[in-house]
Amino acid sequence: MSRIITRRALLGGATAAGGLLLAGCSESHLPPTYGSLLGVGEALTFASHRLLLPKNTLAREFGREMITKNFPAINTVDPEDEEYQRLKRGGFVDWRLPVTGLVARPTSFSLQDLRSLPARTQITQHNCEQGWSAIAEWTGVPLSRILEHVGALPQTRYIVFHCSDGWWDSLDMLDALHPQTLVTYGMNGRELPVPNGGPARLRVERQLGYKSLKFVKSIQAVASLDKVETGKGAMVVDYGYSWYAGI
Amino acid sequence: MKDRPGPHSPPPVSRTGQDGLIYRHTVLVRVTHWLNAISFFTLLVSGIAILIAHPRMYWGETGYFGEPSLFDLPVPVILEHTGWGRSLHFLAAWLLVLNGLLYLITSFVNGHVRKDLLPTRTQLRLGHIVQDIRDHLRLKHPSGEAARQYNFLQKVAYLLVIFLLFPVMLLSGLTMSPAVASAHPWLFDLFDGRQSARTVHFISASLLFLFFLIHLAQVVLVGFRNEMRSMITGRYRLPPEAP
Repeated sequence: MSRIITRRALLGGATAAGGLLLAGCSESHLPPTYGSLLGVGEALTFASHRLLLPKNTLAREFGREMITKNFPAINTVDPEDEEYQRLKRGGFVDWRLPVTGLVARPTSFSLQDLRSLPARTQITQHNCEQGWSAIAEWTGVPLSRILEHVGALPQTRYIVFHCSDGWWDSLDMLDALHPQTLVTYGMNGRELPVPNGGPARLRVERQLGYKSLKFVKSIQAVASLDKVETGKGAMVVDYGYSWYAGI
Repeated sequence: MKDRPGPHSPPPVSRTGQDGLIYRHTVLVRVTHWLNAISFFTLLVSGIAILIAHPRMYWGETGYFGEPSLFDLPVPVILEHTGWGRSLHFLAAWLLVLNGLLYLITSFVNGHVRKDLLPTRTQLRLGHIVQDIRDHLRLKHPSGEAARQYNFLQKVAYLLVIFLLFPVMLLSGLTMSPAVASAHPWLFDLFDGRQSARTVHFISASLLFLFFLIHLAQVVLVGFRNEMRSMITGRYRLPPEAP
């Protein structure tokens, strides 16, 4: 053993580093799926992102010339759900987006209501977990605006989304309130097409594409994910995917 | 007195013991070597699990089915393994990074990099380099005192792997993290776009795999038992001088 690095120093340093990491792993720095061996990797990644990365960095936004010509539409492209099909036949005029849970003023928004709220348009890149990337222009209302409108209570820790094709997922408040997190109703200057998630889809720009849920049908503010569905934060967790997809 | 080690200077590390074995690899080198081997193997397998969901490589920002690719891999699209694949990949990546940092920091402080990895002045002479290449092509391995240190091409290979390929793997991997890349968009400039980073990640992984095959072959060719013993217990028998 070299004179400079003694065994004692090495063990001491490692313990200190471990302690630091654990101290940083307060409840807010652990994903809901922490506990399994694979969850250890996700926990390390989530904790290090929340601790080391600046909180409100923006994903890149591009010029219009970068917009992808044939933006792929995969997974569900037309939800079978009867209610959804009925609303679709009516041009989504009767479609409503209820926002409930830990909010002062539970509200159901029509598409017109959403369009009347302050809008943001962003040309961003969608990075699918499969490996492909495509760029589109998205128009919608920042989720933070919706939460402000309904008066989300201070004990809110997560926002939960349910979709017309059966998917459900959630975001922590940092990503929920991020300026680029939108409930979108427009794509490439037109109404959001059904295959791409119409009438409303989420955009979560600092995570992989599967967090940008299509066919959003309800939003809930909750203090804990434990009692939501499986308690694991997202439907995809049961298929082996990470809740935190900032990766 | 800090003579550069060479074939005619006194052995810098250890004297040959009673049993004819020298102490070749420190416990730090050995432990980090095997942890690295575990993480590399896991990264490779889980990386393939992720790759086969979209076995096409592009250059630039975007790329998707229907768009021309740089090249397609001759494998079918298999979507089902990216879930566990990605989780395992990042678990192994953490092991690689933490273990790698341990190795790098201690190796710089301990002098392992300077004494064992950097080529000596003798090894950098053109005549020596040419001879080293000739010996490699003839599969002629160093013997006697010359076998105490890594040979020239060996050092070059290790330095490229440690200081070029693994850093490129890490950086190109981080570029594909939407969270990290939004905080460090210079990564996209470095790699010329997100899909380029993905392609670079694949190419450098392939080069690392190639290194791994050569590394295995050399370990076997030079003397599997002796080499494995030195990387497990640290003790190594210098190959007897060639007649």
